[in-house]
Amino acid sequence: MIIYLMCLILFCVGVYCILVKKNLIKIIIGIGIVEYAVNLFFILVGYRLRGRAPILAKEQVIQNMVDPLPQALVLTAIVIGLAITALIVAIAMRLYEKYGTFDITKIRRLKG
Amino acid sequence: MGSNLLPLFVAIPLGSAFLVSLLGKKLRGFADTFSNVATFSLVSLSLLSLLLIRSLGTVVYKVGGWIPPLGICMVLDSLTTFMLVTVNLISFLVTIYSISYMERYTAKWKFYTLFLLMLAGMNGVIVTGDIFNLFVFLEIASISSYALVAFGVEHEELEASFKYVVMGSVASTFILLGIALLYSYTSSLNMADISRTLAQKAGGRLVFFVSALFIMGFGLKAALVPFHAWLPDAHPSAPAPISAMLSGVLIKALGVYALARIFFNVLGITAKSSSILMVLGAISMVLGGLLALGQEDIKRLFAYSSISQIGYVVLGISMGTTLGILAGLFHLFNHAAFKSLLFLNSGSIEYATGTRDLRKMGGLTSKMPVTSYSSLVGSMSISGIPPLSGFWSKLLVIVAAIQAKHFVFASIAVLVSILTLAYYLKVQRLAFFGELRSTLTGIKEVPLTMKLSMIILSLICIFGGLLLLPGVQKNFLNLATGILVNGNNYARAIFGSMK
Amino acid sequence: MVNKTGDSDKQGMTLIVKTITRLTVGLILLYGIYIVLHGHLSPGGGFAGGVIIALSFIHLMLAFGKDLALRKLSRGAASFFESFGAIMFLAIALLGFTGGYFFFNLFFKGKPFNLFSAGIIPLCNIAICLKVGAGLFAVFVALILLEIPIRKE
Repeated sequence: MIIYLMCLILFCVGVYCILVKKNLIKIIIGIGIVEYAVNLFFILVGYRLRGRAPILAKEQVIQNMVDPLPQALVLTAIVIGLAITALIVAIAMRLYEKYGTFDITKIRRLKG
Repeated sequence: MGSNLLPLFVAIPLGSAFLVSLLGKKLRGFADTFSNVATFSLVSLSLLSLLLIRSLGTVVYKVGGWIPPLGICMVLDSLTTFMLVTVNLISFLVTIYSISYMERYTAKWKFYTLFLLMLAGMNGVIVTGDIFNLFVFLEIASISSYALVAFGVEHEELEASFKYVVMGSVASTFILLGIALLYSYTSSLNMADISRTLAQKAGGRLVFFVSALFIMGFGLKAALVPFHAWLPDAHPSAPAPISAMLSGVLIKALGVYALARIFFNVLGITAKSSSILMVLGAISMVLGGLLALGQEDIKRLFAYSSISQIGYVVLGISMGTTLGILAGLFHLFNHAAFKSLLFLNSGSIEYATGTRDLRKMGGLTSKMPVTSYSSLVGSMSISGIPPLSGFWSKLLVIVAAIQAKHFVFASIAVLVSILTLAYYLKVQRLAFFGELRSTLTGIKEVPLTMKLSMIILSLICIFGGLLLLPGVQKNFLNLATGILVNGNNYARAIFGSMK
Repeated sequence: MVNKTGDSDKQGMTLIVKTITRLTVGLILLYGIYIVLHGHLSPGGGFAGGVIIALSFIHLMLAFGKDLALRKLSRGAASFFESFGAIMFLAIALLGFTGGYFFFNLFFKGKPFNLFSAGIIPLCNIAICLKVGAGLFAVFVALILLEIPIRKE
């Protein structure tokens, strides 16, 4: 139970980072923290008491394994997170080229 | 042979995207012709699926031969064919339009690669029967649209795209959290299996929390009101064919369709979630309409109008009655047609005059007849002037609201309809009627491919009301409505048609 | 921001880093290939192996400067391998149609726990490794080569 609460605290730290910080790069780091928190939560959901790693080797009996399905899903989610990070870093670099600053309060041409 | 059709909806755009990325730089004209061939084949396949559903009923396709709930399945029921026809038809017309329009931008092959990837993602969301697969395809479509919004790398486009990326990825994280919680409760990822388990196990507070997470996540993709802030910046900054795709089909396939599928078929609609969605829809209608009145940028005005019309669709669908869902789905189809027509018109105006500011335009009818008449048809249709298609769908929404005794929502719908007429008349007056300015005397009509798409879309707007004829309605709209009304039958239909 | 001189002694990092890189970068590449090929027997598979292979090229670029790394794997080649990996994956999936289903596992399956077993899974791993490795290297090269004019505020 305490582990799930710590995942929630990590999630809140990430959301705080996205909402409050003014530097573009810090917002990108905030998005990364939020994704890590959700992936961690997903893997912890699959834990079974006294389970071991879900790898089957030669001449071994299947017993007491943790749930392998969330691990496959989180692998996919990590790849998706990588794609989003690459894209948003490229956009941030182009923004610096156009506006000359990383400060989000100065990048405000679109209004209304 | 029949059911092998389903993976092609995802495989064809995916394969074309990578082939265009491989060969598009070296062979000239390859990107154009190949993408148009790909989207044309998708349109014919989606029309074929309409016939298929009449002969085979609900089709379940087991990917890789693995039996659900162990494996991923693709489901073709009437709601799927309805959405597939909408999405693929609009995307075919937009690809024809972008043959000429994207000449102004560099690297057309990159545009077609991203466009086909977005189309593959949308088709995947519509066709899949597995909730994590829905998330993966949702992300494919979203990431492609983030890149497409920033396509012409100018100041405003990059700023709009950054805002869109941040908000969109937070929404996707909420959706993933909801899927994780749902998996921990039901230990299955197949949508039919989840609905069967939830019918027996009665969720209580967990299912309520999960539905709140899904309303936040999918509501942001659909631009419902507290989560709409990205749309007025992202849609105007994109190139015009992409604005048409984003406003016309992306917010519907990723947002409204996913909401409807999850709330009606998987989680089971309750009075609480239905009323929350109705209130959000009504607020979207009013806020979008009011904010659109004061805009001077033509595409920003259309973007706010999208928020307003999606409010109509969500209001209709979340009512839960048969007539309400029919009205919502019909308005979804109509809005895809006329909003993409209007955005393509704004693209033509920008191609010819070089500006998007309403105060600098005037009297364009004399020089650009096709654009101005199709824009007139689109504006009259979206405002609800009979006998164009928009009138029938808005009338159905209002009648459905009265029938379900939600008189407040019905009166809000009528007032917002009058508001819509007001700002579209403003657009028509400022852009097309009146005196031609001296700075604009040198403009010409747009090239043939752009004219062709606009003419076909305006024909769909004019004859869209024919979808309500008894013979046609029974086969197309009523079947789609039936899937959502009998939400609990989803699991029975999927497991029944597997035997 | 980027060292523009063609002098290969002045590019990249110090002598210690260059010596260690020469010794280890081949081992990193081999390790990545091992993880890809044994994807169906032990943890890893296409994505993890692809990232390690991309990292070996990026290591080369960080230690020796961009000219030498781009000579080993140019931008055009990275772009080609990326699309080729994706098309190979899709072609394997479409081949499943001959067995009856999309993505059907129709190759010779062999005995479990052998290296040559499990049908299409090793081939899919190789395709994904090509795509991810080339893609990650291409992203890194594109971000490095983006020249931003330094503004004087």
